[in-house]
Amino acid sequence: MEILVILIPVSLALGGVGLGAFLWALRNRQFEDPKGDGERVLSDRWDDHPRPDTPPD
Amino acid sequence: MADLSAGHHHRLGACPACDAAPLAQRLAERAEAARPARLVLSLPDAHCALCITSAERALMAHPGVKAARVNLTLRRVTIEAPGLTALDLVPVLARAGHEAHELDPDALVGASADRAGRDLLMRIGISGFAMMNVMILSVAVWSGAEAATRDLFHWISAAIALPTVAFAGRPFFASAWTSLKARRLGMDVPISLALILASAISVFETTQSGHHAYFDAAVMLCFFLLIGRYLDHRTRAIARSAAAELTALEVPRATLISGMVERAVAVADLRPGDLIRVRPGGRIPADGIIAQGRSEIDRALLTGETMPVPAGPGTALQAGEVNLTGPLDLRVTAAGQDSSLARLTALVEAAETARGRYTSLAERAARAYSPAVHLLAFGSFLGWLWGTGDVRLAVNIAAAVLIITCPCALGLAVPAVVTSASGRLFRRGLLIKDGTALERLAEVDTVVFDKTGTLTLGQPLLLTDVPEVLRAPALALAQGSSHPLSRALAEGLEGTIPATVTDLCEHPGQGVSAIWQGQALRLGRADWLGLGPQQDSATLSSWLAVGDQPPLRLDFSDRLRPGAEACIARLKADGLRVILLSGDRAAPVQALAAQLGIEDWRAGISPMGKAAAIATLSDEGARVLMVGDGLNDTAALAGAHASISPASALDAARVASDMVLTGRDLAPVAEALVIARQATRRIRENFAISIGYNVIAVPFAVMGLATPLLAALAMSASSITVTLNALRLNGKAR
Repeated sequence: MEILVILIPVSLALGGVGLGAFLWALRNRQFEDPKGDGERVLSDRWDDHPRPDTPPD
Repeated sequence: MADLSAGHHHRLGACPACDAAPLAQRLAERAEAARPARLVLSLPDAHCALCITSAERALMAHPGVKAARVNLTLRRVTIEAPGLTALDLVPVLARAGHEAHELDPDALVGASADRAGRDLLMRIGISGFAMMNVMILSVAVWSGAEAATRDLFHWISAAIALPTVAFAGRPFFASAWTSLKARRLGMDVPISLALILASAISVFETTQSGHHAYFDAAVMLCFFLLIGRYLDHRTRAIARSAAAELTALEVPRATLISGMVERAVAVADLRPGDLIRVRPGGRIPADGIIAQGRSEIDRALLTGETMPVPAGPGTALQAGEVNLTGPLDLRVTAAGQDSSLARLTALVEAAETARGRYTSLAERAARAYSPAVHLLAFGSFLGWLWGTGDVRLAVNIAAAVLIITCPCALGLAVPAVVTSASGRLFRRGLLIKDGTALERLAEVDTVVFDKTGTLTLGQPLLLTDVPEVLRAPALALAQGSSHPLSRALAEGLEGTIPATVTDLCEHPGQGVSAIWQGQALRLGRADWLGLGPQQDSATLSSWLAVGDQPPLRLDFSDRLRPGAEACIARLKADGLRVILLSGDRAAPVQALAAQLGIEDWRAGISPMGKAAAIATLSDEGARVLMVGDGLNDTAALAGAHASISPASALDAARVASDMVLTGRDLAPVAEALVIARQATRRIRENFAISIGYNVIAVPFAVMGLATPLLAALAMSASSITVTLNALRLNGKAR
């Protein structure tokens, strides 16, 4: 049962990483325009170089 | 500012310079206030990656634009362009092939910065994380962890669950506290009680190395209920932003004349005595008297009349009317609160009060639910205390009852259905502005339509077959005017090459004249061509005269809105009573009613008459759906059980209605009724499902047989069933 001492913190930490990623995405407004983001993938406009400016939200 | 303007009105005309100085200051102040660095434009047509790219590219290429980003979900573009206004950028987008409208950023503030929504999402995320981890530990306990291991798992669960409940449960605690302070038992009181009791009893049991802890139940409750809360919030936010967008669409501007200068100002800033110019095709922004100019006025939105009315100096005009042929200079008599538009708004408010507040299914359920749950939990506590004398056992059982009855499914039952139904309606072209609109729509048994602008488009169609020889000169004349009948004539003669004419001249309020092959050509009103007053007929007409030959009569009819026939037929097939109420003359109304197969029609009805007709129908027990677009319909729209207006409707009408038709097609109206009835059926089914689960699980809890495992199973099973049942609405494409 000693393995629990390692496994439980590991499982909590992994879950925490997922939670952190979710909170980061939320703070960065990744869920503002789901439909537009899906379509933007298809555009080849910024294929050669990244978009220079940060757009307004 | 008010005293400045009051002062200058008295001196108006005496000295243009004195007049211009304070005015310039006023204008400067207005300009200052009305120039944000960030602009929001609505892009109703945007739908794909190409639209995004072309719109952004066009905007970025425009000098002065720093950044532009399209939001496809909201169909909006946010532009950072200091010093530029929407008036500069709308044409840029038009050249790129995008229809764009200015949105009032002030009206959109609440809609775009959805802090509350993100806050709820964050709480969902955290409680979801906690739920998964606590559940892993709980499964271990359920499958037989013993003694020290079980206690350790319970302690870890407590460490995760307690902060989570404290944080994620805050919306429930806050709302429960508010309702308790108001001495009411809202839905959130039993929820909060269950959360607190479950956490407290579990901590106590853990300290006593008890077998049962409900940490997983407390966290799961938070998770499911927050999802319901979030869906509910989103429906509301979308409805609110739709409403805000509609108001913001019409950022009303007027052209103010001061001396020789013309300036665009907001209608809200107009004051009585201001001189404004209204161009042909423009809407009259405020009540006023014509100071200069002749034209014809389209009153359809105010009265439902299809026939334009001639107007000249001295004619009093009302806000909302449309100027057709000649430019008009108007002296404002009443603006803002005093205008006839505002008076109509007051009428709408009165009608809304008369309709009263609608009690939704969810509210009725909550009203019965809260007392029942409290009684049940308290009853089982007393029963077990009296029976065994064991306080710990009695509290444990009361907590189990509260947890099991907790309205996971109930909290999801309505929001899940409303979300999927409004999504489906949106794709069909209907925006819901009010959350209870679906339920009210489902109860409708009578549909009342307005004629002009609702069943018809308010755009005339040429009926007369113009003789071959006259086609070319007629087209040349028609192209010289922007009068709706001229445009209809030009459209009817499409494919003809216009004749070469000279001396083309528009006579505002009368017609158009020109010289063709040495003969005088005239197109216009009967009395202008010297024919005297004509008989009232079902159709609109205009006359075409060549030289001294007898004039040719050109008949037009109002064009039917696409989908109108199908919509009426479907409504009648569904057994609904269809009524046509119009402010127009009897002849055209009768013709339209016959064409669409509406037996019950009334013509020449005043705005009050419409509202009264709706009230009479309601008194007879009918649930009326009003579909209308004009100012004359607003009181009726507000007074009806449910109401729909087309996007082309006047502001006031759209504000007064529950739903707005975004496309030109009328067919979604009939579909909306079907979807609304399906949705209401789903809501009732969901209630039945969640009550069913309770009926099975509650006896176990009261008898003391409930285990945390049973509670978890009942809770998740009922929530998932309810959500799946709601999604069924979306899957069934018709």
